[in-house]
Amino acid sequence: MSDTKEKIKADLPTLQKKANDIRISIIEMLLEAKSGHTGGPLGMADIFTALYFHILKHDPKKPDWPERDRLVLSNGHICPVLYATMAHAGYFPLEALQTLRKFGSILQGHPHRDFLPALETSSGPLGSGLSQAVGMALADRIDRGRTLDREKGSTSTPLKFFYALLSDGEMDCGNTWEAGLLAGKEKLGNLIGIIDRNNIQIDGFTEDIMPLEPFRDKWEAWNWHVIEVNGHDFEQIISAVEEAKAVFNKPSMIIAHTIPGKGVSFMERRFEWHGMPPDTMEVSGAPKKGEQGKAALSELRNFKAQILK
Amino acid sequence: MLNPHVKLNTKIFDKDVEQIPIRKGFGEGLLAAGEADEHVVGLCADLTESTQMHLFKNKFPHRFIEIGVAEQNLAAVASGMAAMGKIPFITSYAMFSPGRNWEQIRTTICYNNRKVVIAGSHAGVSVGPDGGTHQAIEDIAIMRVIPRMTVIAPCDSIEAKKATIAAAKIPGPVYIRLAREKTPVITTEETPFEIGKAQTFFKPIAGKPDVAIIVTGGLVSNALIAARELEKEKIGVTVINIATIKPLDTKAVIRAAEEAGALVTVEEHQLHGGLGSLIAETIAEHHPVPIEFVAVRDQFGQSGTLSELIEHYGLGVTGIKDAVKRVLQRKKQGSTL
Repeated sequence: MSDTKEKIKADLPTLQKKANDIRISIIEMLLEAKSGHTGGPLGMADIFTALYFHILKHDPKKPDWPERDRLVLSNGHICPVLYATMAHAGYFPLEALQTLRKFGSILQGHPHRDFLPALETSSGPLGSGLSQAVGMALADRIDRGRTLDREKGSTSTPLKFFYALLSDGEMDCGNTWEAGLLAGKEKLGNLIGIIDRNNIQIDGFTEDIMPLEPFRDKWEAWNWHVIEVNGHDFEQIISAVEEAKAVFNKPSMIIAHTIPGKGVSFMERRFEWHGMPPDTMEVSGAPKKGEQGKAALSELRNFKAQILK
Repeated sequence: MLNPHVKLNTKIFDKDVEQIPIRKGFGEGLLAAGEADEHVVGLCADLTESTQMHLFKNKFPHRFIEIGVAEQNLAAVASGMAAMGKIPFITSYAMFSPGRNWEQIRTTICYNNRKVVIAGSHAGVSVGPDGGTHQAIEDIAIMRVIPRMTVIAPCDSIEAKKATIAAAKIPGPVYIRLAREKTPVITTEETPFEIGKAQTFFKPIAGKPDVAIIVTGGLVSNALIAARELEKEKIGVTVINIATIKPLDTKAVIRAAEEAGALVTVEEHQLHGGLGSLIAETIAEHHPVPIEFVAVRDQFGQSGTLSELIEHYGLGVTGIKDAVKRVLQRKKQGSTL
C-alpha cells in the first residue's frame, strides 16, 4: 500500500490536472445554482483530489463495498468540492453537477444520504462529523480487536481507514472537542482527521472570531499525532497520510494550511467568498458582478492549458 | 374491571404490590438484546449504573464505550457506529440525552437514518429530590417531532424489558423514556406487547364506557386506581396504555373516542407537545370529542418526594378522577371540544 516518492511524483501531473478540472466544475455548478459556498470548496480541491484519486481505497461503481475506506465530510457546506470530485471519480455523471441545490436533485444544498446514497453521512450543522468518524473507527476496532491487542505483538494494520474532513471554523464547536478527547483516549490509529486550516469563517478571520492558536498544541494535548502540511502540495498531503497510517497507537490530525478561493486570484484569501457564488455581489478587487464567473473560469482554463504543456 | 385478556398483575391494587424502577427493566432488556445480537453495543455518558447499562457493560466490556459527560458526542458517535452495522444503545438522563443533544439526534441519527436506541432515564417529575434541572418533562415532545423516530414510554419494568428487546429490532431510530423511582409492577410476562399497539388495561364491567383514559408511562397505575374508584361510583371507564407514543395506535384512539365520547389523557410530561397534544391532534382530525388533559402545564419541576410532586402537579389519582368528572360534565352538556 505504501507509496514511494517516485510513484507520487509520477502521479503529480494527473493530480494537478484533475484538481483544476474539479475547480472548473465547482465554479460552473455554483454559477448555475446561483447560491452556495465558493471559498472553501476551491481551497480544498487539491486535498479532495489527492483523496479520491490517490489515497482512498474505494470503488465508485460499488459505493457500498464493505471494505472501502470511509470519508466523513463534517463541514457539509463545502459539498460542491465533494460533489465535483465524486462526479469526476465516476460516482455519478458530470451533468448532474448542474442540478446542485435544485428541487429533486441528488445534490442537496448540504449533503443528504437520502438523495445521494453514496455519501457516508449527511452533514451541514457543524461540529459532529468527527464524532461520527470516531464511531465508525470504534465499530471497526470492535470487529478487528482492540489497539492494545495489536500493541502486544501483532503487526497487522487496520484493513480500512476512517477520514474526517473538518473545517477550522467548526473547531469553535464543543462537540468537536468531545470527539477529540474520546479518539485520543481510545487510541484510534485507524482514524485520520484533516482540518482545512484556511483561517476564515463567515463573520471574518478565525483568529478574530475565536482564536484557535496554538492550534497544533490542542490536538497534541489530546494525544493525537499531528502533522502540518501545505494543503496545495500533493507530495506533502500524500506523505502526511502515509505517516498517519503508520501511527497505529494514536489518531492522527493533519492540519492542512490552505488558501480559501485557491486557483481564482481575486477570490484567494478573501472571506467574502466563503458563502457566496460568483456574480451575486460586488467585492473590492474582483471583476464586476456578471463578469466574475467568466473571469474565474478563464483563469482556471488558462492554468489547465499551462499544465497540459 | 381489569381486562382479563391482557393478564395484568393480580396484586395491582394491593398495598404491598411489588415496586421496581422502570429503568431496571431497560437494563435487563439491554443485556438480553446484547446476548441475542452481537451487533448491539452500549454507550454511556458517565451514568452507567444509574441508567442500568452496567449489566451490559459487565457482560460485554468490549462492546461498551464510556463517552464521559459529553452527550452531543454520545449521539454522534453512536450514529457512526450504526453506519458500520452496529446497533448502539445510548444512555444518560433524559434531560441531557435527548435534552442537550437534540440537534445531533436529529441530524446524525434521524436525518442520516441510523438505527440508534436512545434511552432517557430519570424522565418526569418523579425524579424527586434532584429538582427541576434533572426532571425532563419535555422529552416526548422533542422526540416525537422528529421524522423517523419511534417513541416508547413503558409503564413498568416488565414492559420496559420487552420494549428494549423490541427496540433492538426496529429498523430506525428509537427513543425509550425511563423513570428513576420505583413504580408498581402492573404487567406480567404474559401481557401482550407490540410496538405500535395500544392495550386496553381496564374496561367497564358491562356496556360502553362513559370516559376513556389514555395514559402513558409511570402514571398507568394511578389511572388504574382512579378507574377502579370511579367504577365504584358507577362511572364506566376504559384505561388504554399507550406504550408506543409514535407510531400511535391511531385506530385504538379513534375507537376509544367513538365508544366513550369523552377522553382524558394522563402523562408525566408537559401538555405542550406530549401525549395530550398527540391525542388532541388525532381526534381533532378523525373524531372530535371533549377531552381533558392531566399533564404538567407550562411549569418546571422542583425538589420533593415522588408523591408530593405528583400531587402538586395534579398528576395523582385525585387529579385524574377530577379530570374524568369534568369531561363527563362537558359530554353531558353536549360540548364538542
